[in-house]
Amino acid sequence: MNDMTPVQTTLKDWETDQEVRWCPGCGDYAILKAVQRTLPQLNADPAKTVFVSGIGCSSRFPYYVESYGFHTIHGRAPAFVTGIKLANPELDVWMVTGDGDGMSIGGNHTMHILRRNIDVQILLFNNEIYGLTKGQYSPTSRQGTKSPSAPGGSIDRPAQPCAFALGSGARFVARGFDVSKNLPEVLKAAHAHKGAAFVEIFQNCIVYNKDVFNDFAAPKGAEDQQLWLEDGQPMLFAKGTKGLARDVENMTLKVVDVVDGDWEGAGVMVHDVKNRTLAHMLVELPFGPFPMALGVIYDDPRPAYDAVVAEEMSKARSAKASNLGALLSKGQTWTVDGTAQDPI
Amino acid sequence: MASDKTTAAEAVVVRFAGDSGDGMQLTGGQFTLSTALAGNDLATFPDFPAEIRAPQGTLFGVSAFQINFGSTAIETAGDAPDVLVAMNPAALKVNLAALKPGGLIIADTGEFTKRNLDKAKYDANPLEGDGLAKWDVLAFDISELTLEAVKPFGLGKKEALRCKNMWTLGLALWMFDRPREPIHDWLKQKFAKAPELAEANIAALDAGHAYGETAEISGPLKQVHVDPVASEPGLYRTITGAESISLGLVAGAQLAELPMFFGGYPITPASAILHHLARLKEFDVQTFQAEDEIAAICSAIGASYAGQLGVTSSSGPGIALKGEAMGLAIMTELPLVIVNSQRGGPSTGLPTKTEQSDLYQAIYGRNGDAPMPVIAARSPADAFECAIEACRIAVEYMTPVMLLTDGYIANAAEPWKVPNPADYKPFPAKFLTEKNAKNADDEDELLPFARDEKGARPWIKPGTPGLMHRIGGIEKAQGTGHIDYSPANHQAMTDARKAKVDGIANSIPDQDVCLGNESGKLVLVGWGSTYGPIHQAVRRSRKRGLDVSHVHVRNVWPLPKNLGELLKGFDKVLVPEMNTGQFKTVLRDQYLVDAQPLTKTSGQPFAIAELEDAICDALGEPRPSQIGGEVEVNETQLPSPEAANP
Repeated sequence: MNDMTPVQTTLKDWETDQEVRWCPGCGDYAILKAVQRTLPQLNADPAKTVFVSGIGCSSRFPYYVESYGFHTIHGRAPAFVTGIKLANPELDVWMVTGDGDGMSIGGNHTMHILRRNIDVQILLFNNEIYGLTKGQYSPTSRQGTKSPSAPGGSIDRPAQPCAFALGSGARFVARGFDVSKNLPEVLKAAHAHKGAAFVEIFQNCIVYNKDVFNDFAAPKGAEDQQLWLEDGQPMLFAKGTKGLARDVENMTLKVVDVVDGDWEGAGVMVHDVKNRTLAHMLVELPFGPFPMALGVIYDDPRPAYDAVVAEEMSKARSAKASNLGALLSKGQTWTVDGTAQDPI
Repeated sequence: MASDKTTAAEAVVVRFAGDSGDGMQLTGGQFTLSTALAGNDLATFPDFPAEIRAPQGTLFGVSAFQINFGSTAIETAGDAPDVLVAMNPAALKVNLAALKPGGLIIADTGEFTKRNLDKAKYDANPLEGDGLAKWDVLAFDISELTLEAVKPFGLGKKEALRCKNMWTLGLALWMFDRPREPIHDWLKQKFAKAPELAEANIAALDAGHAYGETAEISGPLKQVHVDPVASEPGLYRTITGAESISLGLVAGAQLAELPMFFGGYPITPASAILHHLARLKEFDVQTFQAEDEIAAICSAIGASYAGQLGVTSSSGPGIALKGEAMGLAIMTELPLVIVNSQRGGPSTGLPTKTEQSDLYQAIYGRNGDAPMPVIAARSPADAFECAIEACRIAVEYMTPVMLLTDGYIANAAEPWKVPNPADYKPFPAKFLTEKNAKNADDEDELLPFARDEKGARPWIKPGTPGLMHRIGGIEKAQGTGHIDYSPANHQAMTDARKAKVDGIANSIPDQDVCLGNESGKLVLVGWGSTYGPIHQAVRRSRKRGLDVSHVHVRNVWPLPKNLGELLKGFDKVLVPEMNTGQFKTVLRDQYLVDAQPLTKTSGQPFAIAELEDAICDALGEPRPSQIGGEVEVNETQLPSPEAANP
């Protein structure tokens, strides 16, 4: 995010005149609304906001946000974002990608934008399927996913975006899902983080992978499987009847029952967004025995690459005069006198 | 200094050859500097293996540096060396065939051991016996003489032997009457933190020099004097292609009044540009070492989108990876300069050898109808002008531009008359600051894909109030830039993109004939680094009374508007290229002209002699070698007859 003059806008100001072309009922609509609802609350300036995307259903996103937008090529959005932020660190850049775009064809760039820590909000829409190319399994598809490219069910083991992000050196990792009412809060936290903020958003592809996240992300009835994390607060879920405690013996976490709200007695841990080890454990919790960890999992800023470069550039400019003539004649030179002669 | 044994020469070619760890490139580089300071025109050709430290003493580990210098204009690194310095048997074996008959071999006998002879696959010591009878041989123990010279400095044997290249350089400086002072200064600077090494190297250099003075008393060693060239008055320095491109890009960005963003990924022989630019922050040059070639170009496009001059650079394999992103820059009509330092291909090919085989890739190598202007530099000094021109076209026409150089230009050095930045016409970039059209209700409207008289769209920086809009790789509606797949629109946009790039021909000079008549029996048409050998071959042939002209094309896409007419004025068109005939095909396609190829893909530049022969063959005249001409022709350097007449 950036320090900018607060601008008063409404949700309407962030809508473009373009017809939205996602399938009716697609989770992308809910995410778009959540973003358009959040931007006015951030006092964001449409003129200084840029949405950059790669290729895929998610990557159509910039066309629907009334700001600057760049729909680039498959998997490479992080590289474009890097160039944009290095050229103008004042811009507030959001990058929209998907599980195929960001984890497969663009996995390399996702890794590097995170380790470099470019100041950007990265929204990775994870629907565990290739939508725009009509339903092939993706790098996050669960084993056994049946698809046109794996009629007998996929064999490859899925990648875990948040674990990948942490492994790449991300300093902010969060999770949400398309229809969640908490999504704007997650987006605000991502925006408040200076540096690369990685947000995995589970998104329901109603055509090719319908309701695959229903166990924790159904619009109703799945709340007990959601662990919404909050810094400094106990890690409770299922209406406070359960929580996560240390499993010291196995160096991991375990689910404990909380009786009469006595979470301390039950040994429930308090969430600490700066605890990297805890973050690693939370993103790796197997869903089923454990709830889905959602919200801000990790948030421990380090200087953003673009800010450091901008500082270096400004130092270099003030330290040395830039005389092109002097540069051209640098090194050992000699002078030729007399009149010119036709060399041929 | 000059003795009675001093002879004068118009031009001399010297090749330093040794193990890749022997410091031959350094020796050659310093000899070049000293030669430039002596006022000669010169051209160099560094030729080194791809391995950083190839196994010692092997044939494939030989590293060579050739310099041609003279008192007249020098356009090439020279065909056959007059002097070959061979630091070991492998260097002798690899380079001997190129040496001019009667030329001088200087060899270090200390390295002609059984072990090294075996490695070079010599059955017997070539320095003994009469196998080298065609040449003058000066063989002595340079290793021992070096050890002797640096003894007072107490270096270990290994370190002491590292001074061998300076001893050899000292001898060469004596031979050609070059000043030693610049090398002394350079050594002091290089070894500022280890003065004993500086002293040892200087001692070795001086010992080599003194050896020349002493040894000339007997034997084949003679001092050769080459007069300074009569050049245009002014301030000069030597420059390599990589330096020249870097400086040209800096100048281009300044003339466009833009900060420069350079996204690069290490690759031979293009990395040197990244290294040069990384030191120029104060010129508003930002360099970014990306995670790969794709990220390098994408970050540069991102920077251009944000209002800087995006530049990326690579060599063939990396350029292939950048192809999709070039298409996006063409589709979104953003300025971008892509430098391609060509090397031998396909695939990894010959990383350190030169070739011009990426021409098709440059002009045609993208999916879809993706027109892109291409400029080719002809020499290290010319690369400066070409880089500026690439920046101008990119900014004025809102388009990516490819600047072609090659491994030869990137590494070679030549004297360069330092230009005055004030002599160049600025081409300041313009950014749209307010809406540029009216809609049906007479309200202000933004049309990001409206076109100016050149067919270029406006450049709109994100951050500009009121001009929010979206761009991308999907086909866009004319004017608004909204997604539009409709048939008529795609036809119109394809036509508009083509017309814009074709129209660049209106902003470039008409094609001239750089040597010879405007029409006649034969024209040699070249592009890129073949300029030097073609020019010299045409010059020599014209001196012998042959009707031949030289046309050198800098703007290889779009081509100069008059080129087709010009070529039709010649009975024969011959296109020498270091590829299998790519430009020949372009010319045939564009002008239905009977252009004939003369091709060479050996990883080595053309020799002047082989081009002279080709000129004679085309004109039905006897070759200079057949009539006992002044030029010796080395058969191994000739292109095969099949290659010349497919």
